[in-house]
Amino acid sequence: MEYFAELFLGGLTRGSIYALIAIGYTMVYGIIELINFAHGEIYMIGAFTALIAASVFNFLGFGQITVFLLATAVAIIYSAAYGFTIEKIAYKPLRNAHRLSPLISAIGMSIFLQNYVMLAQTSNFVRFPKLIPDFEFIEPVAHIIGSSEIVIFVVAAIVMLALTFLIKFTKTGKAMRATAQDKTMAMLIGINVDFIISITFIIGSAIAAIGGVLIAAHIGQINFYIGFVAGIKAFTAAVLGGIGSIYGAALGAFVLGWTESFATGYVSSDYEDLFAFSLLVIILIFKPEGLVGKSTAPKV
Amino acid sequence: MFKLSEIIKSIAVSAWFMFLTFPILVIKVNTYEKTIDWRWKNMILIGIASFFLSFLWRYMLKQKEYGSDKKKSKASSFFKNTVKNPKFYTSSIVLILCLIIAFPFVFSIYQTNIMTSALMYVVLGLGLNIVVGLAGLLDLGYVAFFAVGAYSYALLNHHFGITFFMALPIGALLGAFFGILLGFPVLRLKGDYLAIVTLGFGEIIRLILENWNDFSFGPSGIANIPKPSFFGINLSIYETTTYMYFIMILLVFLTVFVVNRLEDSRIGRAWIALKEDEVACQAMGIDKTKTKLYAFATGAAWAGLAGVVFAAKTSFINPASFTFLESAIILSLIVLGGMGSIFGVITGAFIFILLPEYLRAFSDYRMLVFGAAMVLMMVFRPQGIIKKRRRFYKISDSGGKKQR
Amino acid sequence: MNPVLEVSKLSMNFGGLKALENISLDIFQNEIVSLIGPNGAGKTTFFNCITGIYTPVSGDIFISSLPQKTEKENICGLKPNIITKKGMARTFQNIRLFQNMTVLENVMIGRHVRTHAGIIASVLKLKKTRNEEKKIVDDSYNILKKTGIENFANEKASTLPYGAQRKLEIARALATEPFLLLLDEPAAGMNPAETIELGLLIKEIREKENISILLIEHDMKFVMNLCDKIFVLDYGKKIASGTPDAIQNNPVVIKAYLGEDFDFDA
Repeated sequence: MEYFAELFLGGLTRGSIYALIAIGYTMVYGIIELINFAHGEIYMIGAFTALIAASVFNFLGFGQITVFLLATAVAIIYSAAYGFTIEKIAYKPLRNAHRLSPLISAIGMSIFLQNYVMLAQTSNFVRFPKLIPDFEFIEPVAHIIGSSEIVIFVVAAIVMLALTFLIKFTKTGKAMRATAQDKTMAMLIGINVDFIISITFIIGSAIAAIGGVLIAAHIGQINFYIGFVAGIKAFTAAVLGGIGSIYGAALGAFVLGWTESFATGYVSSDYEDLFAFSLLVIILIFKPEGLVGKSTAPKV
Repeated sequence: MFKLSEIIKSIAVSAWFMFLTFPILVIKVNTYEKTIDWRWKNMILIGIASFFLSFLWRYMLKQKEYGSDKKKSKASSFFKNTVKNPKFYTSSIVLILCLIIAFPFVFSIYQTNIMTSALMYVVLGLGLNIVVGLAGLLDLGYVAFFAVGAYSYALLNHHFGITFFMALPIGALLGAFFGILLGFPVLRLKGDYLAIVTLGFGEIIRLILENWNDFSFGPSGIANIPKPSFFGINLSIYETTTYMYFIMILLVFLTVFVVNRLEDSRIGRAWIALKEDEVACQAMGIDKTKTKLYAFATGAAWAGLAGVVFAAKTSFINPASFTFLESAIILSLIVLGGMGSIFGVITGAFIFILLPEYLRAFSDYRMLVFGAAMVLMMVFRPQGIIKKRRRFYKISDSGGKKQR
Repeated sequence: MNPVLEVSKLSMNFGGLKALENISLDIFQNEIVSLIGPNGAGKTTFFNCITGIYTPVSGDIFISSLPQKTEKENICGLKPNIITKKGMARTFQNIRLFQNMTVLENVMIGRHVRTHAGIIASVLKLKKTRNEEKKIVDDSYNILKKTGIENFANEKASTLPYGAQRKLEIARALATEPFLLLLDEPAAGMNPAETIELGLLIKEIREKENISILLIEHDMKFVMNLCDKIFVLDYGKKIASGTPDAIQNNPVVIKAYLGEDFDFDA
């Protein structure tokens, strides 16, 4: 039973992180129907920026909590800035191109960013500073859950609630939904579509940065390549839930997190990534519209 | 010439990029020794470079909007006329043939080896070009079929002593077989979903090879894969390298021949049409699934073939040679060279593989540059360096004659 | 004599919305039949159902390519390419040519379904394949001549004037050797002279090729002059059928067309 609880909580942790990254995929896809292949790299850059910022702030002698908050803030700002810039360079000039062009451009961007970080920093794993303090109150259950896991659940929950609020109730949120439904119509009623697309990239990237900081703090080491696998898995989560839907992304992320956690726990830990990829392939083949999505007839 | 507003814009861009690259490019922390290295030089470089590049970027975007094909330069028409001139044509072909034959005797083993690799990428590129360039199916797991070819030679040789030349057709057939096997369930998916599913399949095959130790010998791979034998004669290293080179040359000729024929056939036309409009294709009576499957299987067969050569050439393989990055390299070389164009793919492969080998200092930056090149190509010249030419049919009323 | 196409009680839904409800109609050999109705009446949906792009919720679609044949074949729910192979070809309302291929190549794609060369044959290019390839070019060029756009043969399809693009769609459909041609608004966007020319072309196709024609069109003058029989759809239901004269005087039809005061001769 304890083993089960451990796996369950492990799945929840993974799921929370996947959800934070998957939201960016799903938001971008919802608005411009692009699989933003470079999104995983945004998350990686978030983690790296946090590592660098945390080290600098540590040097300056700030306390642990302060360092954690400041590093996260810097990571969010930088990831958002990267997301914004990438859209302007690699996707905006391709708005009216053949459907595969932006995807190839995105793959190019992803390769570029990986190598950029590798060359500018290092190709080795680097140790991530300990940012999250050990909470005393979890001592009795410390063998199945750590304090970083608790922070991850709480932050993921807050982020998702805040995002739901933003999309449901603010003017920007309404404009985003309108743009997702019909870009031309949105433009005609005076919505600045370019601005909305930028905002979408910024929000998605900022949330990915939060995911990056949290997982790096939880695992304790990062390298330039972490974005690739995390990106693919988060994309799997987004598709699993039904791409374009934010609830779907969260749902898919938890399903994927638990699948991985239980499969590695009860079946075999050698094939950890295999479960995610198999789930991706199976979902795309048998239910490409996802768990909460609707299938649509082709328009002729 | 430069307006003030333009300069201000560029200064803003430059400032933005200095800000953007600040933590990653300037600060380097050593988490073990707890030291920080400040590399201000990088910041200055980025500032200057982005200032000038932003001018270029805006200029190129403007050029693209005005439609640059309106004014074809005189140089290009001169070039075309020269190429069309039959005398020039034959003599250049003879020259190229001589160069090809002389290459291993003039250059060192090292150079010949690199050339053989480049030729292998030509075959891979042309194979993937059938799938992506002609049929328009973005396959991000192409390297899986390459792995199938390599492992089929390595394993069949290990267990049953199958020779290289027997393995070549087997590798191609197994590649095609896996192409059909994997293609069948996924080909009804729309473009970008197909891309991701093929990526998933590619990774699954690699992960299986990595973990199924009893079958594939796991991450440690398979060593001592024999080179092709020359009628039972033992060859020196130099001779084997030359031999591999010529085998590869023949395979490239074969590939070009086959792809050229296919492109110009009933099936090839169906592929090109499928890339343009699936619904219209079906309304014309083309079986979408079958035609896509043909493309997938044909492309995979070439990867299988190249895989056998790869195993023989390196005489050691392990799953690490078949990562997504390899698929991305093959994809980017055809994107760079010109999708759908045979000559373009060959150009792309040579640029991609040879340039970094010969510019050693540059080789660390290889993937960085190619990632950037993929983006820039899509933005400014999606058709690639070499644009695919349209076929042209000359028809008299009595009947059709074809002219290239 | 069997009708070449017999649709019986065809229905189609889009998530609760009834796009087509119990539509029945039939077309006989060498007839030119028109399907008319206000925008959104379900005309194109009907085309999509009988050509296999949509699978109807219920109903049957029978064809008999030879009128003297006694047994008819139900094609409901088959894939579009199978239906084309069986002899029904269509054009699209929003032109769907292969824009980057030449005009001739577009028609050559239409020949695909009546030719056979596979991968191996194409690579070996034996005599049989070479002859077939040559015949594809010849046949395609002849079809272009029939439709009067042979001058454009080597132009890129996207560079053609609008009227010629519509004709190329017809040429491409003819290349599949249909017994029934389905035209979705063939005259849309044409000027009066082009429309008259199109009418002549359609009549010629019927007479010389023995092809029956079903067309959707909004140009009433064009329809009334050309067609033997008209079916009228409104809100997914068939509200009338008959000869052009009968339709013009049918009060139900007049009401459907923006209710009142509709002049068919306009």
